[in-house]
Amino acid sequence: MIQFDKFELDNGLKVIVHQDTSTPMAVVNVLYNVGAKDEDPHKTGFAHLFEHLMFGGSINIPIYDEPLQRAGGENNAYTTNDLTNYYCQIPAENIETAFWLESDRMLSLAFSEKSLEVQRKVVCEEFKEHYINKPYGDAWHKMRTLAYTNHPYRWMTIGASLEHVEQAKMQDVKDFFFKFYRPNNAILVVTGNVTTEQVKQLAEKWFGPIASGDAYERNLPMEPVQQKSRFQDVRADVPLDMLMMTWHMGGRLDENYHATDLMTDVIGGGATSRLYEQLIKVKQIFSSIDCYHFGTIDPGLVVIEGKLVKGITMSVAEKAVLDEIELIKNTMMPTHEVQKVINKTESLICFEDMSIMNRAHSLAYYELLGDANLMNQELVKYQKVTPELIQQTAQQIFQDTNRNTLYYYSKS
Amino acid sequence: MALDRQMAPVIKDAIDFDIKLKPYQHFVLDNQVEVYTYEGGAEPVMLMDMVFFAGNSYEDKNWVAAATNFLLKNGTTKKNAFEINEAFEFYGAHLSRNCYNETATIALHCLTKYFKEVIPVVSELISEANFPEKELQIYQQNLIQRLSLNLKKSDFIANRFIDEYLFGINHPYGKYAMQEDYKNVTLADLSAFYDTYYKHGKCIIFMAGKFPSDMQELLNKHIGQLPLNKKVITNVIHPIVSAAQKQYSVVNDASSVQGSIRIARHFPNRHHPDFAPTQVLNNIFGGFFGSRLMRNIREDKGYTYGIHSYLQNHVQQCAWMISTDAGKDVCKPTMEEVYKEMKILREELVSEDELKLVKNYMLGGLLGDLDGPFQIIARWKTYILNDLNDAYFYNTIDVVKSIQPEQLKTLAEQYLKPEDFYELVVY
Repeated sequence: MIQFDKFELDNGLKVIVHQDTSTPMAVVNVLYNVGAKDEDPHKTGFAHLFEHLMFGGSINIPIYDEPLQRAGGENNAYTTNDLTNYYCQIPAENIETAFWLESDRMLSLAFSEKSLEVQRKVVCEEFKEHYINKPYGDAWHKMRTLAYTNHPYRWMTIGASLEHVEQAKMQDVKDFFFKFYRPNNAILVVTGNVTTEQVKQLAEKWFGPIASGDAYERNLPMEPVQQKSRFQDVRADVPLDMLMMTWHMGGRLDENYHATDLMTDVIGGGATSRLYEQLIKVKQIFSSIDCYHFGTIDPGLVVIEGKLVKGITMSVAEKAVLDEIELIKNTMMPTHEVQKVINKTESLICFEDMSIMNRAHSLAYYELLGDANLMNQELVKYQKVTPELIQQTAQQIFQDTNRNTLYYYSKS
Repeated sequence: MALDRQMAPVIKDAIDFDIKLKPYQHFVLDNQVEVYTYEGGAEPVMLMDMVFFAGNSYEDKNWVAAATNFLLKNGTTKKNAFEINEAFEFYGAHLSRNCYNETATIALHCLTKYFKEVIPVVSELISEANFPEKELQIYQQNLIQRLSLNLKKSDFIANRFIDEYLFGINHPYGKYAMQEDYKNVTLADLSAFYDTYYKHGKCIIFMAGKFPSDMQELLNKHIGQLPLNKKVITNVIHPIVSAAQKQYSVVNDASSVQGSIRIARHFPNRHHPDFAPTQVLNNIFGGFFGSRLMRNIREDKGYTYGIHSYLQNHVQQCAWMISTDAGKDVCKPTMEEVYKEMKILREELVSEDELKLVKNYMLGGLLGDLDGPFQIIARWKTYILNDLNDAYFYNTIDVVKSIQPEQLKTLAEQYLKPEDFYELVVY
């Protein structure tokens, strides 16, 4: 049970405080309710490029990192399709430095041309390192375009192409900032050796004077229900054939979310999962195979991806996976198998909650979903999942018309 | 009064923090296995990290140590691989194993309430593993495939080659496995290595988190009666054979858009008096996001997504390494800038301001690194396995707090000479 206090400033900034006196540290986490899904389809990769620019100096402070490091702190950030999250960890005694820095870059960036020019290059190198100069690096780009015809999840956070990043203009940066980086579109979470009173006073002092912006009405194009199975062949200079399949699933707040999560764990989460045991160990069709899901806020994808053992044909591999899927759909799974994945999840939650950093991320994320206290209800929701519910969920998701398949062939 | 946002809030310098390494508890099992523990944390979870002196320094044939470490979880006289995994996973426990140069580990992460359910299985693994033939065969097949994939990656190749240049292909720090090595390992190799280095081997246990009240009894019952510490393990000294040639350029993939750059030199281990002060110099040079390499090569020139330098943490002999992946057309200027930064450190004093920032950053980071029971025991584990104690910890802090620009310049003159560095680009 993670205890916390919650309040809101007049400008709409939501603030959550979780006190832990056992640590000398504090974490200041600012989540902005903007992700790659909010981008213009012709200017993709922007939310992530923007994350880089947030370190290029703000209106009153030329360099973000330096004063933080001077105060003994460290920081980082990440961008997903759904959100952008900034966090720093700092000795609790110096926490005001983090408030000063975070509030100034929420007030306004410096909008330096030099920073834009350099970060465009840095992001292009990041793009190359992870998506071009790497075997199968383009697989997700292709799969997203195959699986999503309409919803902005069809591009990756890094962007649909290098050109979009290369063409980013200063005016785009400014527009993006003042549309999304406003206090009423953000959640501030402070965890660690702090008191709510102290955070209240600091939040009022540093964030209180920042003007709120227009409310952001998110109105994303929804993905139509898929009517027909889709396939795509890829041939590339990779050593092994890869099979990748996805099926549309519900969103993060869907009532079957927890059943879906446990289902993917039964199918392909680790060394006792069905795909691992049957297809790697018993039948030796795959050298590696996993099943997982996106966990995105809007309806996501269930994924099965694996590399084929040399000499096995794609059609044999595909049939072997589909046979396992049929088994999940048509046979009730033993209770102990469900209990196992519930126990694994309980363990995972406890280990995750060990650090004040993870607690800060979770509180911010669940508040974005609607209520930080959802964090404390997760385990109970998992414990309520039954074999029947998993079977129903499997039957709903694993329909052939709902499937997207990428056959990624080795040229050699 | 209007808020002055240009004025930084007053900070307490991390130099003024009183940083303490909390002590461990220690006890010895009936079979003389030493156990170091740190109890704490709010969550009902725990870690048991068993260290065996079973690293690749002890193998006669390439890859035997790593394969033994991996496959001891894939079959015992009582359970097959699936049943073993199930015995852990049903309780949400996770058993990982890793093989290093001197040591190899078996680490259990579990919920405190299930420790008593899973500790008998750990005991079984280190006393009754039986290495089924089929498990070895599947493992070999999958590793050969994974290797073919990794050999497409320039960073993978670069990491292998730079270690080979520094230490030689026959040294534990420099060697690596190829397809043939995987194929050559036999069941007899595994059984023999297991018998000497695990079943009768030297073991030290590190534990942290929340413990069940009968933790010591459980440990003594399930681990304390095993025939551990029965063989004298002699330290094998492997000669370091460094490459004669210093500069390399390798084309692994002609269509590559980036090059993986590694620049490295030998460096003494933690016992050398220069190790601690050089950590400060390394931070200034390329050890964190605000370092000179990062500010110059990423934040000013945009040649790379990231560039780092670090001191390797080997027991016997270390290396000082600079590592980055840069755009193909800017690899050369990237390397020139690295050497330029070395030159500046050799010729100019670091400013008081920059040094203070780095000191504060390092000490603040240290405070954060010691936050939590797993982190505290991990620190102790490093010290104990390197024959160090808390004096080393406090000495390092003193060094960081007191080091002066002149001393850093002297270190740079000694250790940042381009002619001492091996240099490699893999495209």
